[in-house]
Amino acid sequence: MATTFQEALARLRETHVWKSIFRRGPARTNRTRSLAVFGNLFLHFLPVKVREKTLRVRATYYLGSISFLLFAILAITGVLLMFYYHPAVPQAYRDMKDLRFVVSNGVFLRNLHRLAAQLMVAAVFAHMFHVFYRGGYKPPHEFNWVVGVVLLLVTLFLSYTGYLLPWDQLAFWAITVGSNIISAMPFFGKYVRFQLLGGNVVGENALLRFYVLHCVVLPLIAVFFVAIHFWRVQKDGGLTVRNQDGRKEN
Amino acid sequence: MDEKKTNHETGFSSDALKNPQRVVFITRKTSAKVKADVPPQVMTYPHLLLRESIAFYVLVIALVLVALLWDAPLEQLANPLVTPNPAKAPWYFLGLQELLHYFPPFVAGILIPTLVVIALIVIPYFNVNVEGEPIWARNGARRFRIFLVVLAGLALFLSVFRAWTVLVPTILIGALLVYSYFAAPGRGHFPDYLRSRAVYWWVMTWFIFVAVVLTVVGTFFRGPGWSWVWPWRGYGG
Repeated sequence: MATTFQEALARLRETHVWKSIFRRGPARTNRTRSLAVFGNLFLHFLPVKVREKTLRVRATYYLGSISFLLFAILAITGVLLMFYYHPAVPQAYRDMKDLRFVVSNGVFLRNLHRLAAQLMVAAVFAHMFHVFYRGGYKPPHEFNWVVGVVLLLVTLFLSYTGYLLPWDQLAFWAITVGSNIISAMPFFGKYVRFQLLGGNVVGENALLRFYVLHCVVLPLIAVFFVAIHFWRVQKDGGLTVRNQDGRKEN
Repeated sequence: MDEKKTNHETGFSSDALKNPQRVVFITRKTSAKVKADVPPQVMTYPHLLLRESIAFYVLVIALVLVALLWDAPLEQLANPLVTPNPAKAPWYFLGLQELLHYFPPFVAGILIPTLVVIALIVIPYFNVNVEGEPIWARNGARRFRIFLVVLAGLALFLSVFRAWTVLVPTILIGALLVYSYFAAPGRGHFPDYLRSRAVYWWVMTWFIFVAVVLTVVGTFFRGPGWSWVWPWRGYGG
C-alpha cells in the first residue's frame, strides 16, 4: 500500500507538469535538494545546509519556529474572524455574541485566535531570552538581534491592538489603562494618545484605528521584519551553537 | 550494501565525504586553504524542514485541543460609566502596572520601558566580557565590595518607594550572588554553576526574575484599589 503510494508519488515527480511547477525533478541528490531550497520563493531565505548541532532540540527549543508558526495561525484565523466582524460600536460586541451563538464553530475560531495570540507573546519573549543566554546576539548576529527586539515590540503592539476589538469591559478598560500611561510621556504624551485613540477617550474612533492597525498596518510591518530576520539568519552564517560559557562550539 | 535501490528512494545521506560531489584541482604553490574544523552539516531539505513540519503539527494539535476545552473570556458590553476595580491591562503589561503602583507614571510607564528597550537594543554592541568570564574570577574581593554597595543602594532606593515586590526578588538574586561568592568550589553542581556565571548572566537573570514576579503579582495578587489579595480567597485575575 505504502509502496504503491510512494511509487505513484515518485512517478508524479518525474512528470512534465511537476517539473514545470517546481523547476526540478525528485530531490534525490544534494544538488536537487539545494534547488528545493533556493529554487523555492518561500524557502530561499533558508540556508541550503545547516549545522547538525543546531538541529538539536536544546539548541533552539524551536522557539523561533513556534513564534512564526503561531503568527501564521493568527493570520489565518484572523482573516476568518474578519468575515464576521464590524469595527463599530456596539456592533463589534454583538459580533462576539454572534460568534458564540450563531456562527458555526465561531467560539472555536475565536478561542484559537486568542490562545495563539497569548502564546505568541510568551513564545517571542522565551525566544529572546533563550537567544540571549545562548549568546546568539554576538557578532555577526548583532543586527539580527536588534530586528528581533523590533519584532518583540511589534508583537506586543499587535496583541495590544487586538485586545480592544471584542469591545467588552475587559477590552475597554485594559486599553484605557494602557493609553493613560502614554499621556505620562513628557511634552507630547497627550498628543500621541490623541492620535492613537482618535480622540480623548477610548471610543468609536479608537476602535476603528486599532482595527486598522491590528489587521493591516502591524501585520505588514511584522511580515517585513520577519523576512529580514529570517534572511539575516542565513546571511550571518546560520545559527551558532555555543557552549555554556558562551563560546562558539563547532 | 547490495540493497536494490528503487527509483523512488532518495536516501538521507548528505555527507559530502561519503558522496563527493566536487573535484578540486590543486596545482603546485597555490594550495587551497582548507578549514580544518568544519562542523558536520546536513541538508536543510529534508532534515530541517521535516523537523519544522513535525513541530508545526504538534503545535496545531495542542492548540486545537486547548481551544476546544478553554473558552476565551467575554465580559459585558464596554461601558465607560462602570469602572471595574481593579481595571487591569493585558497580562504582559501587568508588570508595568505593578510598577505604576510604586513610581510616578512618567518613571514606571515611560522611563523604565524606554530604558529597557534601549538596553535590549545595545546589548550586542557592548562587547564587554565577550568571553563570559565568571563574575568573581578576577579581583573577586573588590568586585564583591562593589556588588554589595550596588545592592545596598538599590535596596535603599526600592525601600524609600516601598516597592516591595521589586525589592524581594532583588534581595533573593543578591543572596544567590553572595552564596556563589562564599560557597567552596567543588561542593556540588549548583554552587559551581552559579560561580561560573558572568556578570551579564546575573543582570539578565535578575531582570527576568523581577519581571516575572511583577507580572505574576499583578495578575493574581492584586485586587480592588490595587490592594494585595490572595488568589485562593476568590479575588484577582
